[in-house]
Amino acid sequence: MGLEEFKDRNVGTQNYRMLDLGHTPESASGKFAQFAKRAVKLELFTGLKVTFREMYKSLFKGEMHTTKYPFEKLPISPRYRAIHEMKRLLESGHYRCIGCGLCEKICIANCIRIDTRYDENQRKEVSEYTINFGRCIFCGYCAEVCPELAIVHGGRYETASEQRASYSTFEDMLTPLDQLAQQSEFPGFGAVSPNADENIKKTPLAY
Amino acid sequence: MDGYIIGTIIKAVLVLAIISALAGFGTYIERKILAFMQRRLGPMHVGPYGILQLAADGIKLFTKEDFIPSGSNRLIFLVAPIVTAATAFIALAAVPLLPEFELFGMTVRPIVADLNIGILFVLGMMAAGLYGPLLAGMSQRNKWGLIGSARTAIQFLSYEVVTGLSILAPIMIVGSLSLIDFNNYQSGGMSNWLIWKQPLAFILFLIAGFAETNRTPFDLIEHEAEVVSGYATEYSGMRWGMFFIGEYANMITIGFIAAIVFAGGFNEWGILPGGIAIVLKVSFFFFLMLWVRASWPHIRPDQLMWLCWKVLMPLAVINVAVTGFVMMV
Repeated sequence: MGLEEFKDRNVGTQNYRMLDLGHTPESASGKFAQFAKRAVKLELFTGLKVTFREMYKSLFKGEMHTTKYPFEKLPISPRYRAIHEMKRLLESGHYRCIGCGLCEKICIANCIRIDTRYDENQRKEVSEYTINFGRCIFCGYCAEVCPELAIVHGGRYETASEQRASYSTFEDMLTPLDQLAQQSEFPGFGAVSPNADENIKKTPLAY
Repeated sequence: MDGYIIGTIIKAVLVLAIISALAGFGTYIERKILAFMQRRLGPMHVGPYGILQLAADGIKLFTKEDFIPSGSNRLIFLVAPIVTAATAFIALAAVPLLPEFELFGMTVRPIVADLNIGILFVLGMMAAGLYGPLLAGMSQRNKWGLIGSARTAIQFLSYEVVTGLSILAPIMIVGSLSLIDFNNYQSGGMSNWLIWKQPLAFILFLIAGFAETNRTPFDLIEHEAEVVSGYATEYSGMRWGMFFIGEYANMITIGFIAAIVFAGGFNEWGILPGGIAIVLKVSFFFFLMLWVRASWPHIRPDQLMWLCWKVLMPLAVINVAVTGFVMMV
């Protein structure tokens, strides 16, 4: 889509035409005349044509709309806020979290609990980190406040499970060590989705 | 004579087995065609392309609890689905399904009973099938069921006269009520089909046939959006299934009648042998019913009555009169 085309957003003045629906008949003879006219014009067959065309397009043109959901998934926007992910440092594989506790502090649902201690090298380590997903409202403040980009929201939106704890331990949320190479960086809030170019539409200024 | 009786029993059992299997298969075809027309996939997971879905549905229907609501008329409630299913299959008895063929040195006529009043018998039986919904709706003490059976009566009063009058003109031309005679009359190739002599009667018969089988423009008696499920509201399990086997068997019957009376029957069609020709024709009429269901909205009961009595019936009478006049001259 070129810039000129995109700038021209007066949708209301473009190529609209009023349908000539005629007048609604009042008398019985008028109604019958309308019925006969429509019957002779074979308007019903337009409907048959449309459905047959759709069937042809879906079967032979590959325009089937169905996504077989549990087997196929549509890409979701990076702005989507689903179950959290804890990222690792790419070089060492150590978790990024420095135990500052800002996420616990800012959490408006009080669902994050973080505990830290000194390890044998007198470095701060996270001894306990849980998110109570029964309380979490997925507001995204924790990810926004994190200075290390350690806690971010992932795309894991299927959260039906027998135990809420299934998602909420630190180890569950951490990137597995063997998948460290595939760890993607969080693009940040306000990022556009990967297929944003296809989804772009003109916003009308006047209707 | 013994051979005749045994042969008739074998034919009856075969017709019952094949047509009820086809009626079950019809539900699968209907779901698939409707899905494709709405750009969906339809049943996909049970078996390749979902073809075993009908087996899964059958298992579900057979194992479901047979439920009789309190306050219903028990006997009539139990009998009503049998009326629908039985009359649908009895109607098929007088329909020649395929041309004659040789099997083990015997000539087999694929018609259970070659009645000399074949078409009257078929139409009468299909009309009697409407007792099923009527009794079912009234016996179950349910408002939706009662509305459904009231609509059944309205529908019956509307289309039956059109069915009879529209089929009358072809009967006058052929001079017989036997469906075999109808078929033989059109044996001279495609130009001899009665559809060219009686196009109006063909259209009227199709419209009335859609009403007779409760297909979509006229599916008033169990339209979900208005009367939950009409006469079938309180039914579950195989009794509910029998209504639908009956409905799909009726669709097949209407397809056969339209093919035999108007579209050349099981005569050879170009290079196609008669058996394949009639299967193709019936499949087309079956597809047409699904196609129409996907395309058109349904109408109100009063509109159906208006259409049948004020438009179709006069047209049918005019058609009969003109046909008689032309034959006389």
